[in-house]
Amino acid sequence: MTQIAKTNILNLTEEEFVHPGNRACSGCTLSILYRIGLKALGRDCIFVVPPSCLTVMQGLYPISATQMPVLNGTFASTAAIATGVRAAMKRRGKKTQVVAWAGDGGTADIGIQALSGALERNEDIIYICYDNEAYMNTGVQRSGTTPQGGLTTTTPYDGKKENSKNVPDIVAAHNPAYVATCSASYPLDFHDKLLKAKEIRGLKYIHIQTPCPPGWGCEERMTVKIGKMAIECGLFDLYEIEGDQKKLSEPTAKLLKKDKLRPVEDYLKMQTRFKALSDEQIVNMQQKIDRKWETYRQEFAEE
Amino acid sequence: MSEKLIESGNSAAALAVQLAAAEVIAAYPITPQTPLTEKLSELIAAGEMDAEYVAVESEHSALAVCIGAASAGVRPFTATSSNGLLYMSEQLHWAAGGRLPLVMCVVNRAVGAPWSVWNDHQDAISQRDTGWIQIFAKDHQEIVDMTLKAFRLAELVHIPVMVNYDGYYLSHTYMPFELPDAEAVRAFLPEYDYKHTLSPEHPESLNTVTLPDARNDINGVKQGGYMEIRQNLHLEMRQAMDVWEEIDDDFQQRFGRGGTPILDPYRCEDAEFIIVAMGSMANQFQDVVDRLRESDGLKAGVLALQMYRPFPTARIAEALQAAKVIMVCEKGLSYGNQGALFADLKSALYPYPARPRLHNYIVGLGGREIRTDDLYLEMKQACRQDDQATPEQNDTPQWIGMQL
Repeated sequence: MTQIAKTNILNLTEEEFVHPGNRACSGCTLSILYRIGLKALGRDCIFVVPPSCLTVMQGLYPISATQMPVLNGTFASTAAIATGVRAAMKRRGKKTQVVAWAGDGGTADIGIQALSGALERNEDIIYICYDNEAYMNTGVQRSGTTPQGGLTTTTPYDGKKENSKNVPDIVAAHNPAYVATCSASYPLDFHDKLLKAKEIRGLKYIHIQTPCPPGWGCEERMTVKIGKMAIECGLFDLYEIEGDQKKLSEPTAKLLKKDKLRPVEDYLKMQTRFKALSDEQIVNMQQKIDRKWETYRQEFAEE
Repeated sequence: MSEKLIESGNSAAALAVQLAAAEVIAAYPITPQTPLTEKLSELIAAGEMDAEYVAVESEHSALAVCIGAASAGVRPFTATSSNGLLYMSEQLHWAAGGRLPLVMCVVNRAVGAPWSVWNDHQDAISQRDTGWIQIFAKDHQEIVDMTLKAFRLAELVHIPVMVNYDGYYLSHTYMPFELPDAEAVRAFLPEYDYKHTLSPEHPESLNTVTLPDARNDINGVKQGGYMEIRQNLHLEMRQAMDVWEEIDDDFQQRFGRGGTPILDPYRCEDAEFIIVAMGSMANQFQDVVDRLRESDGLKAGVLALQMYRPFPTARIAEALQAAKVIMVCEKGLSYGNQGALFADLKSALYPYPARPRLHNYIVGLGGREIRTDDLYLEMKQACRQDDQATPEQNDTPQWIGMQL
């Protein structure tokens, strides 16, 4: 696996690539990711962004909250537009990173065809999915990544009936150059995975769990804690896949040493979106997590 | 050196794109466009064309790749037909709204359902309000010349151009044409230069959310809202007609072909009866006009409309207002109303005092054979019809070649 020196708060780039002030909701963890992510990516980048919270966050014409060149495109075509920008860079002999940055709707649902095409062609781009687990920009409707039981405006009483899609698994099935999962609550882990992605040629996919106060039903000050809780209860895992190697990232890997993880209920009760879950559903969810960790303990035993 | 070839219309288009030095090709195969896509990938694979070929997974993505490449400062090209064009429709609006100088060939084919791989113009007609310039070629030479001129037009006015030619009638038939000299084309078509190229050195945020009202930028200068941006597209698209004529003048001086880039009249000087048509059908009507003149003594002519959007309102009214009868024949319609071209043409003539009688004919949908004999008989009848028909009867499209 490609090795990258660990960044900490003391050696993190001081230069800012976003202007002070943007249109994100207070407590939005996307704004943390964006600010820290750009520090890793640096100036030599072009962004491709479909309709999403990020579109709004980056500013309304003729004012911009970002210092980066951005091409806003149609909802379903992020990875294809990025392909076109990359092809242009290749023609001009430029190493400029092309970064597609989309939400879960733009990635897992309406954008999955274009993403699958770009993955199959192994385009030399970085594709970032900030997954806030519903269509937040249009006001919290269910998405393919909304967890089972989650309340949204289109699953208003009993919560979503279906399972969520595992997008990193779908992506990994294409065997791209690099797949990583991140959490907005661990921005430096995201930062260093981006540094690594910059070193790798081919398609690099980074999937980030991105807590959202209005969508998840929590206080603004709680978003980072909730993201950490998702990791600590073993529900959302941080890992990297490079070639045929899968490696758990530190916040998840260190859980292997624990005999018992926090109950998932601790995570669920922090958010009003899960208030329709029955006790039975919570037990099922806990059993699923426990089974997953049994396999992890075997798979990653030597770590 | 220029070259005389006998090739298919799809090959003619591919060779023109090669001459135009498009650098990123993204396309998804669809009948009858496929041989054009194959030819381009073949030219690139053989090292005869220096470009990136992106084998996308859909037409929506094909135009997305072009949007990305054009925004990043490189000349792209794509081509499609029928449902492929419709699948791109969202991107068509996006490319025009983003003022991207794209060129796309549309090999015209009927739209499903039911499936039909054969020719008509409904695909292009249905996309007439996307903000693209739409031009129609009549033969292989026009496919080559129009494609080359289209790149220059798109890049001068920053509006995408759709070069239409008939599926099978032109795409798969072999006809002689002259391929211009590569050096001369380079002099005619300057290097791609997009004013708002994505660049880390001069970062811009393109196609951001734009509010209903004009708004100050950070320097306190008021910038247009959505409505000003859209009005600008409309006004500059109207001006594109003059630019297209200037480009054609220059092309004619360099290559010796041209002179009628928007309306191409045949025997119209003294014509009392004028047939209006787009694409290869306009050539077929030349035989009809000859027969009407020679056998029946009818002063007939045919006016080929080569630029459908922007609609050459004043030019077409000027060309037609002195005639007695106009017969608009088209391979598509606005369902529930009448032929789209007919309605446009009627509205163009409305402000003029002397209005000719107008007839509308729908022909050749889904590849239904267009028999010259049928056209001749229908046109003869229209020429001879006295004014006894009610306005409503004259305004109702007649369908030629029906079999039930």
